[in-house]
Amino acid sequence: MISIKGLHKSYQMGSNSLHVLKGIDFEVQQGELVAIMGSSGSGKSTLLNILGMLDEADEGSYILDGVPIKDLDETKAANYRNKFLGFIFQSFNLITYKTAEENVAMPLYYQRVNRSERMSKARKYLARVGLAEWASHLPSELSGGQKQRVAIARALAAEPKVLLADEPTGALDTDTSYEVMALVQKLNDEGNTILIVTHEADIAEMCKRVVMLKDGVIIEDKKVDQVRVTDIEKAS
Amino acid sequence: MFNGDRWQEIFQSINKNKLRTFLSGFTVALGIFIFVILFGLGNGLKNTFQEFFMDDATNVFFVFAGRTSKPYRGFKSNRQIEFKNDDVEEIKRTFPNELEYITPRIYWHVLVKHQNESNSYSTRAVGPAHQHAEKTIIMKGRYINQDDVNTSAKYAVIGRLVEQDLFGNKSALGKYIDMAGSVFMVVGVFQDDGGDNEERNIYIPYTTRQLLNKNTDKINQIVLAFKPEIGYFGALLFEERLKTFLQDRHNIHPEDESGVYIRNVAEDLQQNQQFASVLQIIVTFVGLGTLMAGIIGISNIMVFVVKERTKELGIRKALGATPRDVVAMILQESIFITTTAGYVGLLFGVLVLSSIGVSLEHYFIKNPYINMGTGIFATIVLILFGAIAGYIPARRAAKIKPIVALRDD
Repeated sequence: MISIKGLHKSYQMGSNSLHVLKGIDFEVQQGELVAIMGSSGSGKSTLLNILGMLDEADEGSYILDGVPIKDLDETKAANYRNKFLGFIFQSFNLITYKTAEENVAMPLYYQRVNRSERMSKARKYLARVGLAEWASHLPSELSGGQKQRVAIARALAAEPKVLLADEPTGALDTDTSYEVMALVQKLNDEGNTILIVTHEADIAEMCKRVVMLKDGVIIEDKKVDQVRVTDIEKAS
Repeated sequence: MFNGDRWQEIFQSINKNKLRTFLSGFTVALGIFIFVILFGLGNGLKNTFQEFFMDDATNVFFVFAGRTSKPYRGFKSNRQIEFKNDDVEEIKRTFPNELEYITPRIYWHVLVKHQNESNSYSTRAVGPAHQHAEKTIIMKGRYINQDDVNTSAKYAVIGRLVEQDLFGNKSALGKYIDMAGSVFMVVGVFQDDGGDNEERNIYIPYTTRQLLNKNTDKINQIVLAFKPEIGYFGALLFEERLKTFLQDRHNIHPEDESGVYIRNVAEDLQQNQQFASVLQIIVTFVGLGTLMAGIIGISNIMVFVVKERTKELGIRKALGATPRDVVAMILQESIFITTTAGYVGLLFGVLVLSSIGVSLEHYFIKNPYINMGTGIFATIVLILFGAIAGYIPARRAAKIKPIVALRDD
């Protein structure tokens, strides 16, 4: 699904150049649930941004679902993002003046799907994240966990190949985090390929594979025994 | 542009961001409003000016006789030149192609009485054509006609204020007034745009005046009009030829400037028009200044609007909005707001102008108005600059990587 070879990325900080990614090789298969871990400054968010075509690599190849991602202009990147990727952000990034269902319908608007179809799809995905009754509420009327679930529904709405989550539980308390992760696991069970950037070990353990980044290189890439959120809840 | 979905997006964005909408709309509406008011008042000032200075017909020569300053053909200098009825007849015969009408004019300052009221007025003894030269407007009765001239009738046409002075509220028509012992019947009352002085005049047939003055055939002044189709330069040429003709007739040296003097209203007109066009330039300048202020205002607000929406735009881009989508959305929204607000400002401005218009005549502003074309042009300029001002930051926002826009908390 995702194939990366020899990825490099530097940021220009005034006169200094900060070498953030120093040659990343990385493969993700269909249906995987991957946690990308590392301390802050390890380059994990940069990697995710490059995977998400929100940022460009200086060097290296990136193939997504058989399509080489290179020489992107903004329009092309926007179309690829729309077609291939769903984003889940730490700070949710919902549009504040739109209701939950309108937020979920946004990616479909940019796919030029007509309004009634957009809205019925949006309601379908809101129901899947358990927020059917909250469809006409504004983000300001929702709790943090609910906002993140709306954001997940939005990421799903365009039926992307890969879901990219940047610290999806970073702004949430433990209970709510687990609630969100339960949803992530459920979506993964349904066959969605999901990449999560996190620095929390317990969140990483809920994935099937953990990739450790340190100083711009992968120092560890291992399959783990997935901890099911439902098991934790039973135990407590 | 006719994408219903996009309109829906825009209406939602307008509806949910009322302050933003209000700010940009208000700037444009205010800009257009002030532009319309100032431009209208400027036009009013111009109208007043034109009324003050342009009450006479514009194709008129006033021919005066003076004293000679050079000896010529055996005549000494410092000789008083006097026009006679023959001069008028000869001009008529000599310049049939240039002449539209001609009339003698004799001044007579005289005490006028009616019953117990009396006052002294200037009278002008003239022919029927004089009405056109002064643009005299008959309120009631009639002007001096050719019959009155032929029969030296003792008829008078009096100004509106003369009637008011002597007759109070009663009509003077058909009544008699005493002018230095001669009794004249009032056959008409006139008004004149030239102001109060003009309306304190009395017109009588010039032959009547000559008869009273020992049956002389002298006249003070000749008033004549050229045919407008000969044009400005034709008029100058005619003026030259007329002067030469009269100098020759009265034995005045061709280079003597003071024997015969012709005042050409067309030349005055040109000067007045220059003044009017200076006024026009000032009005235009004020208008452009206002418009410029409006443009700067809307530009600032557009920069602010785009800045405020940076995060939203970042989200939209992450979700698949192309730069084109982003720019089109911002532009369409701003054009919609400025067009609507511009129209409202235009409407209000015209409304205010027309409601205060009459009350401003005391301040030398008459009939302030704005040409609808000018108003619409100003609105379009503002919309256009609003769009440009929106386009530049919108394009920059569309170019920012979404990751940068999203980081902006």
